[in-house]
Amino acid sequence: MDEVQDRDIIAAVRGFVEREVIPFASDFEHRDEYPHPMVAGLKSLGLFGATIPAEHGGLGLSFATYARVMEELSRGWMSLAGVINSHLIMAFIITHHGTAAQKEYFLPAMARGDKRGGLALTEPHAGSDVQSIRTTAVRRGDDYVLKGSKMFITNARNGTMLAVAAKTDPLAKPAYAGISMFAVEKNDAGPAVGANLKKLGYKGIDTCEVTLDDLAVPAANLIGGAEGLGFKQVMSALEVGRINVAARAVGVGQAAFETAIHYAQQRTAFGKPICEHQAVQLLLADMGTGVEAARLMVANAARKKDAGERCDVEAGMAKLFASEACAKISLDAMRVLGGYGFMQEFPVERFYRDAPLMMIGEGTNEIQALVIARGLLARYPA
Amino acid sequence: MKILVPIKRVPDPATTIRVLPDGSGIATDNVKWVINPFDEIAIEEALRIKEKQAGSEVVLVTIGQSTWQEQLRTGLAMGADRAILVKNDGYLDPLALAKIIAKVAAGENADLVLLGKQAIDDDSNQVGQMLAELLGWPQATFASKVEFADKRVTVIREVDGGLETIAFNLPAVVTTDLRLNEPRYASLPGIMKARKKELKEVAAESLGLDLAPKLKIKSLTAPPKRQAGRKVASVEELVSVLHTEAKVI
Ligand SMILES: Cc1cc2nc3c(=O)[nH]c(=O)nc-3n(C[C@H](O)[C@H](O)[C@H](O)COP(=O)(O)OP(=O)(O)OC[C@H]3O[C@@H](n4cnc5c(N)ncnc54)[C@H](O)[C@@H]3O)c2cc1C
Repeated sequence: MDEVQDRDIIAAVRGFVEREVIPFASDFEHRDEYPHPMVAGLKSLGLFGATIPAEHGGLGLSFATYARVMEELSRGWMSLAGVINSHLIMAFIITHHGTAAQKEYFLPAMARGDKRGGLALTEPHAGSDVQSIRTTAVRRGDDYVLKGSKMFITNARNGTMLAVAAKTDPLAKPAYAGISMFAVEKNDAGPAVGANLKKLGYKGIDTCEVTLDDLAVPAANLIGGAEGLGFKQVMSALEVGRINVAARAVGVGQAAFETAIHYAQQRTAFGKPICEHQAVQLLLADMGTGVEAARLMVANAARKKDAGERCDVEAGMAKLFASEACAKISLDAMRVLGGYGFMQEFPVERFYRDAPLMMIGEGTNEIQALVIARGLLARYPA
Repeated sequence: MKILVPIKRVPDPATTIRVLPDGSGIATDNVKWVINPFDEIAIEEALRIKEKQAGSEVVLVTIGQSTWQEQLRTGLAMGADRAILVKNDGYLDPLALAKIIAKVAAGENADLVLLGKQAIDDDSNQVGQMLAELLGWPQATFASKVEFADKRVTVIREVDGGLETIAFNLPAVVTTDLRLNEPRYASLPGIMKARKKELKEVAAESLGLDLAPKLKIKSLTAPPKRQAGRKVASVEELVSVLHTEAKVI
């Protein structure tokens, strides 16, 4: 780890966000338009390779630095962190579980952003309960034939491929032992990508339904080269996703807090700036404290992950705390801005609409609570 | 071709500048420091020349405190090859700076010194001109276009009311104007590579130059606060106010 370098990297991302993201984010968001120029910027910065190891052409950032980078992106526009997140989850799965040939074929192109990935886990009837997915993969000669449909898949349209979870053994007991992961590159045969779903927030970025209609995928794309490993492969990568989502919450919370504290010093009511009214100070103090605590929790989880320690409890806590704090902070920012907070001319309404996603994505907060409780009970046996 | 690019650390143009109560300088707490924007343009131009002329080298030099390394690293991350920090803590006037740069340029055997036409902090606009004089090299200030044919340089200069085209042979000094180019941003791989590039420190005293300032900054004052505008009822009143109060007509 090189502290100076990490600081320079975070500063470079912050500079990019100030110049290329903040001035335009709300316009793209309100039009629900994919931010092609900003994504090109992410690509030239090298962020598609952020956590891909240097030996495979990536930047090999630590998770601690990666979390700060995602925070900075989300401070400008949370959707940008989504462009990177599931791409890097797919890269993580290939890095840690792929065959040598898969690493060589996918990772350098993913690091450059030439191949862009996503994660297709959720199905219309199965979100939290991943084990009950119904998509199947049947071996036929040199291929697997995939059949099923996936729901809420981010980067499905603008990405070039997806890591798809499918059952190679639908009758396996336990059910998770029948799940395998496939690197599915899009081609003329499929998968079919449905219209962009209309969302409350997290706009601009594509989230779609994906249909695999007897799609043939080369057996060489079965990640790890053996069946039944998919569930564990995905679970190992979800900590990365949780750190990402928690860091997004810190970024959105920071942006909402900053907007509020600047506004509070300019707006006057009853003869003084509103920041001199105690009721507003209480809000500001609470918001600042929430962001600070959330940031430290994310940093702690990321540090554990970097040290190779198990961090499901810490990552879950960070994700749970940061996303709840972010939702509260974005609402409090709206209180501070009064009527202006409710208007599209100010970004607070966007932060407020974006915040709830972090409570749902990468495992709902209720699921986080289950993971945390299970981990704590194991740590503190009777 | 070896290109020397002197750069200066200045407050971010977006920073609100506060003058210290005693007028001795500006408050530096909470100031974000950046490369002088005109120098950034000079780095960009040097990199473009290097990209066109294989085997070229871009060397950065700055004269200041250890913390100025930060700006050198940014320039290295943009793509410069190596950097020199001439360490100096006290105040140096433009002539002293020009002497140091001249010494470095001679020591490096530079073919071209490319620098900003001025720094946005004190707006002196003197170093490039003094440097050319000290070196006895041709100079082109306020460049908006630089082209090479072998050792001959053609520069389009932005002068009052138009453009001037001049040509001369290397070695030379060129100072950059705003429209010369749009500087690139450092990529993250660039930042990582920069950490491995050479950054040499030399002490200003060790150069054997007379650096005693011939110029003294006596005091700084903030510009007067802008007064709120005033509405007038008629054109007649406007003309009369401009004449009797503002005294501009
Ligand atoms: C904008 C957006 C983008 C997304 N992008 C992707 C993507 O790229 N790839 C992908 O695979 N998925 C993606 N998802 C899906 C997301 O991961 C799921 O929505 C999430 O996991 C929840 O699943 P669900 O929506 O089916 O809700 P359900 O699982 O049906 O949950 C409904 C409610 O029941 C609760 N619940 C469920 N089980 C339990 C339990 N055991 N104990 C207590 N409470 C429980 C939940 O907490 C929740 O409150 C995305 C979702 C959104 C909204």
